[in-house]
Amino acid sequence: MKLTLSWLKEHLETTATLSEICDTLTRIGLEVEEVTDPSAGLKDFVVARIDSVENHPDADKLHVLCVNDGTDKYQVVCGAPNVREGLIGIFAKEGTLIPLYNERLKKTTIRGVESCGMMCAVDEIGVGSSHDAIIELPADTPLGVSAAEVLDIDPVIEISITPNRAECLGVRGIARDLAAAGLGKLKPLNISKTTGKFANPINITVNCPAECPTYTGRYIKGVNNHAETPKWMKDRLNAIGIHSISPLVDITNYINYDLARPLHVFDADKLSGNITVRMAKSGEKFVALNEKEYILPDYALGICDDEGVQCLGGIMGGLEKGCSADTTNVLLECALFKPECIAKTGRHLQIDSDSRYRYERWVDPKSNISGSDYATQLILDICGGEASDLSIVGTEEYTPQTAYLRPERLETLIGMPVEKEKSMQILQNLGFEVSFENGKIKAVSPSWRGDIEGEHDLVEEVVRMIGLDEIPAVSLPHDQLPKPILTAEQHNAVVVKHELALRGMYETVTWSFADSDIAQYFRQNREAILLHNPIVKELNEMRPSILPNLLTAVKNNIARSYANLALFEVGPVFDGRNPTEQHMSASGVRCGQTAKKDWSGAARAYDVFDAKADALAVIAAANGPYENPQITADAPSYYHPGRSGTIRLGKNVLAYFGEIHPSVLKALDIKMRVMAFEVNLNNIPLPRKAQEKARKKLELSAFQPMDKDLAFVVDKDVTAAAIMAAAKNADRSHITDVRIFDIFEGGNLPEGKKSVAISLTFQPIEQTFTDKDIENLMNKIIVEVGKKTGGELR
Amino acid sequence: MENLENLKSEIIEKINTCKELKELDDVRVSVLGKKGQITEMMRGLGALPLEEKIALGKGLNVLKTEVETSLENRKKILEEQALNAKLAQEKIDVTLPIRPETQGRIHPVSKIYEEVTAIFGQMGFDVANGPDIEDQFHNFNALNMPANHPARQMQDTFYINDNPQKPFDMDTAYVVRTHTSGMQIRTMENKRPPIRIVAPGRTYRSDYDATHTPMFHQIEGLVIDKNITMAHLKGCLYDFMKAFFELDELPVRYRPSYFPFTEPSAEMDIGCLKTKTELKVGAGTDWLEVLGCGMVHPNVLKAGGINPDEYQGFAFGLGIDRLAMLKYGIPDLRTFFESDVRWLKHYGFTPLDISSMTGGLSNNGGLAR
Repeated sequence: MKLTLSWLKEHLETTATLSEICDTLTRIGLEVEEVTDPSAGLKDFVVARIDSVENHPDADKLHVLCVNDGTDKYQVVCGAPNVREGLIGIFAKEGTLIPLYNERLKKTTIRGVESCGMMCAVDEIGVGSSHDAIIELPADTPLGVSAAEVLDIDPVIEISITPNRAECLGVRGIARDLAAAGLGKLKPLNISKTTGKFANPINITVNCPAECPTYTGRYIKGVNNHAETPKWMKDRLNAIGIHSISPLVDITNYINYDLARPLHVFDADKLSGNITVRMAKSGEKFVALNEKEYILPDYALGICDDEGVQCLGGIMGGLEKGCSADTTNVLLECALFKPECIAKTGRHLQIDSDSRYRYERWVDPKSNISGSDYATQLILDICGGEASDLSIVGTEEYTPQTAYLRPERLETLIGMPVEKEKSMQILQNLGFEVSFENGKIKAVSPSWRGDIEGEHDLVEEVVRMIGLDEIPAVSLPHDQLPKPILTAEQHNAVVVKHELALRGMYETVTWSFADSDIAQYFRQNREAILLHNPIVKELNEMRPSILPNLLTAVKNNIARSYANLALFEVGPVFDGRNPTEQHMSASGVRCGQTAKKDWSGAARAYDVFDAKADALAVIAAANGPYENPQITADAPSYYHPGRSGTIRLGKNVLAYFGEIHPSVLKALDIKMRVMAFEVNLNNIPLPRKAQEKARKKLELSAFQPMDKDLAFVVDKDVTAAAIMAAAKNADRSHITDVRIFDIFEGGNLPEGKKSVAISLTFQPIEQTFTDKDIENLMNKIIVEVGKKTGGELR
Repeated sequence: MENLENLKSEIIEKINTCKELKELDDVRVSVLGKKGQITEMMRGLGALPLEEKIALGKGLNVLKTEVETSLENRKKILEEQALNAKLAQEKIDVTLPIRPETQGRIHPVSKIYEEVTAIFGQMGFDVANGPDIEDQFHNFNALNMPANHPARQMQDTFYINDNPQKPFDMDTAYVVRTHTSGMQIRTMENKRPPIRIVAPGRTYRSDYDATHTPMFHQIEGLVIDKNITMAHLKGCLYDFMKAFFELDELPVRYRPSYFPFTEPSAEMDIGCLKTKTELKVGAGTDWLEVLGCGMVHPNVLKAGGINPDEYQGFAFGLGIDRLAMLKYGIPDLRTFFESDVRWLKHYGFTPLDISSMTGGLSNNGGLAR
């Protein structure tokens, strides 16, 4: 909501300065967002008189002036056509910052004559757009005073109006609030009743009084819409960003912003028959002023003539029967429409208008007749014409909201006592009808307030007038030794992030949205959870995995020449469209080399085992089954079928890892291999109860462990995990560790076979191993591996 | 005996001129070996008459000991020379850089989450979580925002069809939560007062320009008890802001505002100094809006199943991304979500930078590498 200072002063009698007004507005809840005050840049401009004018010796159009600012005299070369002896205008001496050029004025020599300043035009000092002539002030203007004091400058104030303060969408509402805050006096609104010269020839019927409790219409004939809108009105509308169109339109716009009172004017000659206010028929068509056609629902409110809906009540007029420059006879509508009806229609048809904005908040139900009188008065003044009687359908009577305030409630809710009398005075100043009944303050809302439902609203009114800064600040009482607050799940997510960062990965945060073109590869046959109204095509569904976004990040970084990447994100992934059908995922990607090449040769390409290690590290960081999960060589189709795996605990998938499928990379135009992992943090079991803090007792063996190696020849498709498990299971108590240290194919091995060499750690328990013990152990392993995998000792 | 003296000088001379351990060993064998000079001479003692045997024997023993000592000394010298030569050969260029290591990073959003929960943890708040896709009851209606409430237009909402088998219906559709305030309701549904929670999360609005992104992060706060007043709201938020910005003094002001789910409602500004190049929190004459707050509206308590005549409290919501920008001087919100590794490395935090009220909120993780 914008307004100018002079506009405000039309309603508010005050001696307060602009900055006092703005500070007060913000303090009482009408937040000033911006103040545009041209006078702020005018400090150095002063009133001066031209004492003499001489022709420039060397230039026909220039004059040499002697300018007197009341203290000093200056020689000025000037080219303005209106210079004359005795002219009083605005003078800038050298060094003054000229707003138009944003430069300081320098002493110059123009065609051989020194010029020590400038007589200004309005554009040069930022208070107008004309450059035709220098400013001329009345002859009695005192010399030497600041330009800001004598020029007609109107600062613009922009205020953010919250939805509960509908009345402040009009300048008068803002003035009233300022007056209540003690910043001046609200001037009376002088609206004279127009006496009709004839009966309204258009009959008005309202079929839906619930949605339209009051409808007034007045016929005005013989108006001249070619007339000029008065300068004061044009200036004010311009200042708040509204272009002057024609006097009839300007008047309705002006009243909308002056009193928060929407109006509509029909071209009466275009109307066919009488006016009926009714609910639209479902499917009825309507072309609005914005030239768009709308198919109306049956809850839309239509202002109709015999040909159909001509105005979408309270939202937007129709294209066909609105005013044009040649309009001579009009029907002026000033009505009340119910907020719910306006909001629902506007929301569903997605029409925004100043009128809708006001109606869906609150329009003063007692402003229909006065609003019509006000508009009639302005129309007759500006456009001439003759007004009919006012047709009024329905009534302005309504039940005002009444709320009660227990005086002590201020202290119990706000923590600051406020005297009963003070609360009552504040409410009264705001227009409430106040009385004291049964220990409570009874407050009946003024008609312009639609937001007062109960005691809490009255508390708010009192508090905002007193000022929130008056309330003391009291720390919350709390325990001296606070307990840890994160749940195991929340803490795990934190630890997982730090673990991955320790592993050299960069944490990123990407959208919870994804691009369907890429996301389609990651849905695993689930339906897409599409946004109904995505902001851009690339963010049109809720992500089925974090990987599409991380891969997009990979692609973007490669494009910037950063191709060695390790990125991760911990965030939500959506499994279904219903609330809570989501899980927390820790996902990451690695691509390129572990580092750029260096002298040590340590840099190597990332491979699947990096992704697998990341996944297992996440599981461990979340206190999951790091030691004994099942790892199988299957993963969703967006992974490389031969280079990916799934980590499970029972039926639950804990993680996927692997290389991204080349066709997915191709779709993203990524020309490098990318390793990835996804851990579903929700599937990692949480400890059932608080874990025992004390560690299990450390049992140290008196006997030294020993390492032994064995190599087996097995079929190529026998997995490493199967061989390791078989070896370990041969004697779980004495074999404490199994490692694979070599895999070999080809050479003199038969086709389809490979050699797997394992290294085992044997731990004696009761006594040192004899040679026989070791031989027995080795044999047990050979038998077990043979049985489980078909492997033979190499 | 004179011969022995000569022999001694001869052997010592040999020993001391040895250049290598092998050569020294050859000398040892030639003197003390099975067929060595001294060994032979000692073996020959048996044939000598007793007196001579004693005299020569004594002399030979002295000689043997002296030779052994010389051998040992020479050996030490040669060994040291050999070691030095080996070490000289093993010299490497220690100015070579270390093997490449990558230090990871924690995103500023996670960092602020940790800082904020550390502070509120001290004040006895629990942390609550809730779903990103919400029904309109939790996101709007229960927060005193019925379907046609104008405040709904203030939030450019993303909708999701609640039933893909049917045409989209705006009245039943799900929303992608526009604020974390829905977690107030979910908390009240599951917990009886006293309640003290903060609820961090992603929030979404259909807005994308220089200062808005379609996704951003908020932390919701909710305190409900029998005697919680707006004075507590002010105290709590003031305590938080001072702790968060790590300042002993911080100018703050509150402006009346409007949120459908609180009344009275307010916005909190903190003092700052704005210059062309930077924004300094805590000093100066400018004000910066940091959060919205207010006393929980009785309708919201009712919607959460709490009797507003018995309980009351306050709620607040603050922007995590915005706090990160203010505290750590990050200029552009949009860059938070671009995954540019140069940005992540520069504005991210080191892996061991773990925020706590005892160890400190910031600068805990050592130098960024």
